[in-house]
Amino acid sequence: MGYKGKFKVWRGDASGGDLKDFEVEINEGEVVLDIIHRLQATQAPDMACRWNCKAGKCGSCSAEINGKPRLMCMTRMSTFEQDETVTVTPLRTFPVIKDLVTDVGFNYAKAREVKSFTPPKDLLPGEYRMQQIDVERSQEFRKCIECYLCQNTCHAVRDHEENKDNFSGPRYLMRVAELDMHPLDTADRKNSAQEEHGLGFCNITKCCTEVCPEHIRITDNALIPMKERVVDRKYDPLVWLGNKIRRRTSSDA
Amino acid sequence: MTDNTENTENAVGTKSTEPVERHSYDVVVIGAGGAGLRAAIEARHAGKRVAVISKSLFGKAHTVMAEGGAAAAMGNVNPKDNWQVHFRDTMRGGKFLNHFRMAELHAKEAPDRIWELETWGALFDRTKEGKISQRNFGGHEYPRLAHVGDRTGLELIRTLQQRVVALQQEDKASTGDYEANLRVFAETTIVRLLKDASGRIAGAVGYYRETGQFVVFEAPAVIMATGGIGRSYTVTSNSWEYTGDGHALALLAGAALVNMEFVQFHPTGMVWPPSVKGILVTESVRGDGGVLRNSEGKRFMFDYVPDVFRKQYAETEEEADRWYDDQENNRRPPELLPRDEVARSINSEVKAGRGTPNGGVFLDVSTRLPAEEIRRRLPSMYHQFKELADVDITAQPMEVGPTCHYVMGGIEVDPDTQGTVVPGLYAAGECSGGMHGSNRLGGNSLSDLLVFGRRAGLHAAEYIDGLGTAGKPAVAAADVDAALEEALAPLANADGENPYTLHHELQVTMNTLVGIIRKPEEVSEALTKLEEFKPRRTKVGAAGGRRFNPGWHVALDLRNMLIVSECVAKAALEREESRGGHTRDDHPAMSSKWRQINLICSLNEDGSGIDLKHQPIPTIRPDLLGLFEVSELQKYFTDEELTVLGDSAEPVAEAKPAGEAKPAAEPEVKSEPATESKAEAKSEPEAKPEAKTEPAPIPGQSNGEKAADTAADKVAEKSTEKSATAEAEEQTAQAEAEAQTEDAETAAEEK
Ligand SMILES: Cc1cc2nc3c(=O)[nH]c(=O)nc-3n(C[C@H](O)[C@H](O)[C@H](O)COP(=O)(O)OP(=O)(O)OC[C@H]3O[C@@H](n4cnc5c(N)ncnc54)[C@H](O)[C@@H]3O)c2cc1C
Ligand code: SF4
Ligand code: SF4
Ligand code: FES
Repeated sequence: MGYKGKFKVWRGDASGGDLKDFEVEINEGEVVLDIIHRLQATQAPDMACRWNCKAGKCGSCSAEINGKPRLMCMTRMSTFEQDETVTVTPLRTFPVIKDLVTDVGFNYAKAREVKSFTPPKDLLPGEYRMQQIDVERSQEFRKCIECYLCQNTCHAVRDHEENKDNFSGPRYLMRVAELDMHPLDTADRKNSAQEEHGLGFCNITKCCTEVCPEHIRITDNALIPMKERVVDRKYDPLVWLGNKIRRRTSSDA
Repeated sequence: MTDNTENTENAVGTKSTEPVERHSYDVVVIGAGGAGLRAAIEARHAGKRVAVISKSLFGKAHTVMAEGGAAAAMGNVNPKDNWQVHFRDTMRGGKFLNHFRMAELHAKEAPDRIWELETWGALFDRTKEGKISQRNFGGHEYPRLAHVGDRTGLELIRTLQQRVVALQQEDKASTGDYEANLRVFAETTIVRLLKDASGRIAGAVGYYRETGQFVVFEAPAVIMATGGIGRSYTVTSNSWEYTGDGHALALLAGAALVNMEFVQFHPTGMVWPPSVKGILVTESVRGDGGVLRNSEGKRFMFDYVPDVFRKQYAETEEEADRWYDDQENNRRPPELLPRDEVARSINSEVKAGRGTPNGGVFLDVSTRLPAEEIRRRLPSMYHQFKELADVDITAQPMEVGPTCHYVMGGIEVDPDTQGTVVPGLYAAGECSGGMHGSNRLGGNSLSDLLVFGRRAGLHAAEYIDGLGTAGKPAVAAADVDAALEEALAPLANADGENPYTLHHELQVTMNTLVGIIRKPEEVSEALTKLEEFKPRRTKVGAAGGRRFNPGWHVALDLRNMLIVSECVAKAALEREESRGGHTRDDHPAMSSKWRQINLICSLNEDGSGIDLKHQPIPTIRPDLLGLFEVSELQKYFTDEELTVLGDSAEPVAEAKPAGEAKPAAEPEVKSEPATESKAEAKSEPEAKPEAKTEPAPIPGQSNGEKAADTAADKVAEKSTEKSATAEAEEQTAQAEAEAQTEDAETAAEEK
């Protein structure tokens, strides 16, 4: 059942590089990451790639496969024709370090700029009461494995390097939304979403949602509602106030 | 991300011509999983400057993969749960080889560690009352695992990661620098620990994976939190990081490893397709109703309930099925036996020819729950099978078999402080030993990371305070040189043996010869092979440059994998009994004599291999023994050992029925650890790092804590007392209001 497949893998570093051709054995049930590992073990021991879980849980193995941003560990070889050449390249939006490994520091920098969860001061550990239905929205966003595929895809940074300073990208706008929708968060996040994290750069193309391996509805459930909240806020501050007051407390549980 | 703009001159005074970056911290935590991050947070809370080092990117450590949940006796779903019940389950699961004190601390402090996560932003699944929901898991008497669907580890690590960021934001506000007091060095691998002339920890040396440049950390305290060893096996749920680095580094620095023969094979790993063999199928599948069947369609686990567990497990399918709805009047399904039992049973079924075509057994949830419910409760399992195996678990059974998952053995630590015999060296999480005895219960690791990570951070900070300013240990330049030379060797030998080949041979050796069932002749054969691998290891070569070169990284990891494998094999050959994660073909029974023995590995004199010695196991305090029925203890202990029970056992034993113990115990559970965290690092009345003395038993007093309450503690206690009592009352009231049957339903329904 095994066959010889053709691979092109980008090899190089910050100073340059190009696609290298490989012929490699491919067996039933394998994923692209298996093939990269086989190349390392048999033909290119120093070929750099990131991975950890091999089960779509850690978000380490992001790359572009035939030009599409994907997790290598979740891309099955059976989705390609046997005579098709599979091309693997590093994420385009981030500076390359070596081969398939890029410098994703941009994302960590943006993560640090989102104001942390701010619970009510007088609420002691163990006293938190939240209804399942109220945590579900934020829970969806907390499924994020930080693969940065959405960050890599969003044209606002992909095609506009200059926006990187002022735009946090879908993953971190979603983080702002997650905290804003957290039933017990007390911080006001509307201004910062717009002013510090560049919500306005997003023109809801949904490209981020399309590539998310966790199938998080980033645009529909995080970005658009966040935009609505910001607009509401601008036109009517009472809407925002009302939102906060309506929130469930343990006494209505 | 590593910041390479720092000084890169060789500032450590070494002879090597290598540029070496140098950093100075109070505490260096090696590992950014649950244990490492919790330790770092605590040390930072205690006012220390802390570095966290990780082989992978920040937020990708192994903890991210944990699925099922974190065990903590919060009693949210079944109010009868409390620390005593959790303690009992943990000791049973570990077959009484656990360090009782660790099991006690763990059971008592886990709830506070979970609640604290909520204050940092964690969003666990909820009960109807809005509390943290808890699910059933193997070996846990009550629904106990706090969870978020089947991605609990992700929630845990993200929460801790975000707590680190919160602390960095505080530092930014006060100093202008995010990294003033807490910095993460991602994609950095430590290759050696460094000590001063008197044998105290002085720091660590490693390299940045990205550039291949070396870095020295000077620090009087180092906390190991490096996780496990699974990469020494072919079939494993573990990632490339699990090369036993922490175990090996500590051993090379003079620390000891305890009970390394105990390796947990998780009963349910994927078996098909071959490339995913070993990837975990969470125990929640069984906790939520999934059953195991052989190729004849039989639910075979009923045939494998061992005597010691007979009383707690159902004998018929009908009773087992009723249990999901009514746990008061039925016993648990045998699918929820501790993992070692289930793994061995699957192994036997396959050996007897009743396995699936791909050498596993069937795990079926499709006939047990509606499709919608399966997708809701087990989303990532649904996803995983759909995408990796073309199997729809809502319509078809899964094929599963045992996979190397967790190592119970680890760095020997003081149970209260997590300190090792090397002054300044601490260990927490999977790389430390003792807590889980011979077998870990599912969910007890995530809570272990939090409880003992915090303790390690706290006590490392105290240790530094005790050093004063004069006594900071100094790194010896020659040690750094030696470490660099060792690390550079494979690069200088580009034509040497392929490190991947040697790694593969090692994996096959351990998998086939020191796997689930151990035969002495096979383990001996493995040891012979390991001796052959040692000289080969020194001759492996790495082609290519220093920059992010995986071949080089594997070449360096091999040293650690070989050391750890030798420990596992030597201890497995020595222990002539079967217990938990160690099954000897020639000694199938458990032996009360062997229960009294810990096997201790240390580096031999010339550093060429491992010395193994027997060490008596610490004597369990009578008040803790009193939590069990004597008839149960008799299955594990010698009669001689049980004579200590004498009269002190009686009154405690009476208070045993879980329901009664609750109201009295609850405030204690909460106030005790809360006291400590309120009192902050300074006033903790616990033993000094090196003190191995057991606390004096206080018969009849169920918390058995040291009577040495300091004034500060008393004050702190007062402030938390109110909430703890209120909570207890609320829970009691609620317990009455809820019909008992609701418990089980809540467990099953709430997510
Ligand atoms: C698939 C899977 C599912 C699981 N599910 C559960 C569950 O539901 N409940 C439960 O309680 N437990 C579960 N476990 C077990 C639990 O996840 C692990 O035991 C636990 O996460 C280990 O945490 P840790 O903090 O000790 O180490 P890890 O999270 O593994 O972190 C180790 C850290 O050390 C770093 N490191 C290692 N070596 C070096 C070095 N030389 N230099 C620098 N850094 C180094 C690594 O990069 C990493 O950051 C599961 C395990 C697996 C594999
Ligand atoms: S929806 Fe917004 S964030 Fe997502 S890709 Fe489009 S512009 Fe970027
Ligand atoms: S939102 Fe989705 S695509 Fe973006 S980083 Fe998270 S998991 Fe990846
Ligand atoms: S290796 Fe973890 S997501 Fe691919």
